[in-house]
Amino acid sequence: MSDAAPPVKARGLVKRYDEVVAVDHIDLNVRAGDVYGFLGPNGAGKTTTLRMALGLITPSEGSVELFGRDPMRHGARALEGVAGFVEAPRFYPYLGARKNLELLAALDGGGAAERIAEVLEIVELAPRAKHRVGGYSHGMRQRLGIAAALLRRPRLLILDEPATGLDPAGMRDMRLLIRRLADEGITVLLSSHQLPEVQELCDRVAIVDSGRVVYEGALSDLRRQGGAGYKLRTTDDPRALQIVREQPSLEHASAGEHGLAFQGDEHAVAELSLALGRAGVGILALTPELATLEDLFFRLTEGAAGDGASAVTSAGAAANGADTQTPAQIA
Amino acid sequence: MSATTSAPPAAAPPAALSSRRGHRPGTPTVLRWELRKLVSQKRTYLGFALAVILPLIFVIVQNLREPHDHGRGSDSIFAAQITQSGLATPVLMLLFLSVFMLPLISALVAGDIVANEDGNGTLKTILTRSVDRGQVFAAKTLAAMLYATIAVYLSAAVATAAGVASWGFNSITTFSGTVVSAPKGLLLVFAANTCYLIPLLAVTSVGVLLSTTTRNSAASVVGAVGIVILLFIIAQIPGLEGIKPYLLTEQFENWHGLLRTPTDWSPIWHSLWVCALYIAPCLAAAYLVFLRRDVAGG
Repeated sequence: MSDAAPPVKARGLVKRYDEVVAVDHIDLNVRAGDVYGFLGPNGAGKTTTLRMALGLITPSEGSVELFGRDPMRHGARALEGVAGFVEAPRFYPYLGARKNLELLAALDGGGAAERIAEVLEIVELAPRAKHRVGGYSHGMRQRLGIAAALLRRPRLLILDEPATGLDPAGMRDMRLLIRRLADEGITVLLSSHQLPEVQELCDRVAIVDSGRVVYEGALSDLRRQGGAGYKLRTTDDPRALQIVREQPSLEHASAGEHGLAFQGDEHAVAELSLALGRAGVGILALTPELATLEDLFFRLTEGAAGDGASAVTSAGAAANGADTQTPAQIA
Repeated sequence: MSATTSAPPAAAPPAALSSRRGHRPGTPTVLRWELRKLVSQKRTYLGFALAVILPLIFVIVQNLREPHDHGRGSDSIFAAQITQSGLATPVLMLLFLSVFMLPLISALVAGDIVANEDGNGTLKTILTRSVDRGQVFAAKTLAAMLYATIAVYLSAAVATAAGVASWGFNSITTFSGTVVSAPKGLLLVFAANTCYLIPLLAVTSVGVLLSTTTRNSAASVVGAVGIVILLFIIAQIPGLEGIKPYLLTEQFENWHGLLRTPTDWSPIWHSLWVCALYIAPCLAAAYLVFLRRDVAGG
């Protein structure tokens, strides 16, 4: 395992099922220490991509490397230091949780078997460890999936919808656990539909739609530039709206019940405040409002549905030739 | 789930990580767990139950029959010796069970061993651990073959024990009319069952191939048994006598040569290479499919 190699590097990843292109030239760059969100609507190709990353299915084109090793060429050796699950974690229903973990630990080798009690404690399944997994709830199986992953002492954790089916407390605990694992230096590739979860946990994201990456980059960049809006309350809102509209760098100005809203960068806002002062309009409140990930997600995926791949080529992916949007283009 | 547990397992020091590397499990470890999985499933005992119950039913029924009825309606020399030697029972049971029941028992596990895991999604669970696909395939194939082997010997052991308990541990007359002592007869029973394993393992290989390719347990079990039935039917078709010696089902009687004096080894050698022609391509094809398949189920 090359320690210098990135945890995940996918280049031109394609998966075709006859006429259907499930994954269409996807590039991913997960760096060490990332909590990397992998987002997209149902059927966007997320799970197929993760399956290719774990060597479960063969790419039609392209390659994916985990710490510099391609699962297609290196087999199980490519999964050293890697753990996780795609879709729901599956276990032998006729065995108890402990027996399932014993089996998996045996297939992991090393000292995995010595950690069984520890990981069962972490996911709070120790009291039910002898019960058959067939009788477990969905949430318990998700937790057992995490336990099975932790047995391997992963440096890269690949999780596909880990919070699906969990109750609110379970989802909160799952988030805390992922955060803690990330704080301990584990790189996390998290596929999720839970946008608040991704917003809270992830520092970088890839958003896929119809098998293509429509955005890849820092979540903060996406939010700052993709949705840099402001709310403004003044002593004279109608006059202020007129002044806002006169500023060439400000866009989407509108008046609402609670003041004005517009979009623009920080320099344009500075110009606006001076213009308002010159016009004798007092500023009561000027509040920056970042777009939520949910706003951006729908803007990217639903916007891309129409012209999809014709979206723009991004800075982040330009070098790879992928059709990926930059934050500015999203805005 | 405790997010505040103070002993995280994930923050492995580099030394711990590096110590793990190079300790990947071998195929015997994978095989041991395949066997543990088999032991934990009810389906496993269904096959074994058939292997045990049928000889017992046979012995019970024979005990209930009038003495002069024994052997009536059968042209087998061993049927005529049922009440004279307990060793006739395992030979007769092998004659009866070898045609359909033992292939079915073998197919119950062989046809299920890959397809079941594929359907349940557990195949992806084990293929994302530290073992190669080839190891998993080898372990599954060996487990299915071991199961078939145990079923054959279990059936023979029960038939022998029940037969000897009912009619004694006496000498027995072979196909060629030679009387052999009871200890030698017992050895011949063991050897006959061992020889029968050759074609049975070919049936197992067919089951593993179907299990790997169809991803459907029921279709694989039925398919393996169906192929056996099909070969029996082909053997009966006039004009196809030329291919009869090469049909898998014809090899089910390879052990008859052992019960002659002098021993006729030719059917055994013949079945060895004929069965190899079934086993090798089936396992090679199954292996290649297993290595290259997309694991998308579950």
